[in-house]
Amino acid sequence: MAVLDTLLQRHSVWRGAAFAQPANVIASGHAALDAELPGGGWPSGALTEILGNFRGVGELQILMPALAALSQAGKRIVWLAPPHLPYAPALAAAGIDLAHLAVVRAPGRRDALWAAEQVLRGAGCRALLAWLHRATYAELQRLAAAAEAGGAFVVLFRPREAERQPSPACLRLALEPAAGDLAIHILKRRGPPASAPLRLALDHPAHALGRTSFSAPAGRQPRMHRSVGLPVHP
Amino acid sequence: MAGSLRHFGGREALLTKLSGGLAGMNLTTAWALAPTPRAALWLARSGSRSLDEVPVEAACSGETLEFLRSIGVRKLHELRSLPREGLGPRCGAALLDDLDRALGAVPEGRVFFAPPPRFAATLELPAPVSHAEGLLFAARRLLVQLEGLLAARQAGIHRFRFSLGDQHLEIGLGSAAREAERLSRLLREKLAALTLEQPVETIGLEAGDFVPMPGRTAGMFGDRLAEAEDWACLLERLEMRLGRGAVHGLAIYPDHRPELAWRRVEPGEWEPREFVQPGPRPLWLLEDPRRLGEDEVKLLAGPERIEAGWWDGDDARRDYFIAKWNVSMAWIYREAGQWYLHGFFA
Repeated sequence: MAVLDTLLQRHSVWRGAAFAQPANVIASGHAALDAELPGGGWPSGALTEILGNFRGVGELQILMPALAALSQAGKRIVWLAPPHLPYAPALAAAGIDLAHLAVVRAPGRRDALWAAEQVLRGAGCRALLAWLHRATYAELQRLAAAAEAGGAFVVLFRPREAERQPSPACLRLALEPAAGDLAIHILKRRGPPASAPLRLALDHPAHALGRTSFSAPAGRQPRMHRSVGLPVHP
Repeated sequence: MAGSLRHFGGREALLTKLSGGLAGMNLTTAWALAPTPRAALWLARSGSRSLDEVPVEAACSGETLEFLRSIGVRKLHELRSLPREGLGPRCGAALLDDLDRALGAVPEGRVFFAPPPRFAATLELPAPVSHAEGLLFAARRLLVQLEGLLAARQAGIHRFRFSLGDQHLEIGLGSAAREAERLSRLLREKLAALTLEQPVETIGLEAGDFVPMPGRTAGMFGDRLAEAEDWACLLERLEMRLGRGAVHGLAIYPDHRPELAWRRVEPGEWEPREFVQPGPRPLWLLEDPRRLGEDEVKLLAGPERIEAGWWDGDDARRDYFIAKWNVSMAWIYREAGQWYLHGFFA
């Protein structure tokens, strides 16, 4: 027993009932989410998977505070094979320093995987967001090894169906819209299994439009504290 | 020169060889031997037998020469007999320094011959090579030579040219480099995309336009400079394989038309513009707005009218709304009675 205790105290063995204590995490900027993530933030040097089939449900918003902090600290961020154009004015408004951002187009599956590995192997890039539709376990494992070597924060966006496929990612989340909020199912983490999905309140863009809002939930402050000159009503 | 006399077989042999060589180049020569380079120069210029007999014209010019003439100094021994303290302020320290150098009292700083900042080398292959990638091994030998030259000159290059037979590859780099390893990585990507029309027997490497690049011990972890270099290498490699334009940065641009409010830029390039759009903007923009039926969406907020561009012929008159489209938070607009999906608040 004494041997077992010393082993456990050295943190070299992770027990399912407790959160693992990863060496490097990046605060997600959402307190409720941080509380559910081992170490209190997004893991770096490992793969994080975000599964979901919907666009425009908050899938980028949950990453924005972390990405803003990284870019403002001079860390470079690569967006690999994004499904649409990451829109510069919105990124800048979210606090991203655009000088530290690069978008990489890789139309082919193999090209995208190759590019992801190249990005992760080097020391130049500290965060990678990659949209991978299909990837085998072996390919993901290769990326996981590269991420571990490079130490970057890696998010792989994959379709919801990938849930059924085993993955070497240390964190897997599935996103679903839930009545204006975002429901986050924590499918896998280095810690006790999460019982209920986490509800995250999103920044509603309509708040910025203030007075002409059709459905403004009461009690929330607009995100932008400027009056909006809106000349025309329908 | 004294140090190499034995190598050339003595003073006379060296002089014979030298004048022979110079005559072969059709040059008229005047030469002299002296313990210091400057004394030799003055002797050769004037044709005098000893330094004392050298006329002042050989040693100086301009105002200094005028002054010396005006006080009746014609030969160096006359100049040397004048008191230094008085000479210095009157004709400048340069003359006294030159004199000291000629006499060997002060060492002469010499500018040695420097080869032109350029590298060109060719290599005959032992056997014709028909696969482009097979050339990389041979090319590496040239790249190592280039790295040696660049390291000696504390320089780097921004581009180089690789020739295989009649074909030429121009390879550009994101930042100055000299490491053979990095250059060969770039070359490999280029070669991988190349099909040879005929087997290659000779390869060549050319590089010019050296830029100063101080040597640095690489690989310190967390080193910002190393990170930046690594980043530049990465972008190059990605561009080599995915094509130019596959890698870009983003910048905002002051325009109210959403599709013109951003720019593709070189990664790392940054536009110091402050421009805040008057309304909320989506994180995803559809480069080609998608037509929508009116009953497909549920309006949540709006409108924000964007009316711009009438001055450049690309005018937009649109009312933008935030809307629910399926489960997505969408940015849609109406223009000329038609609805379009333009982005997602992701």
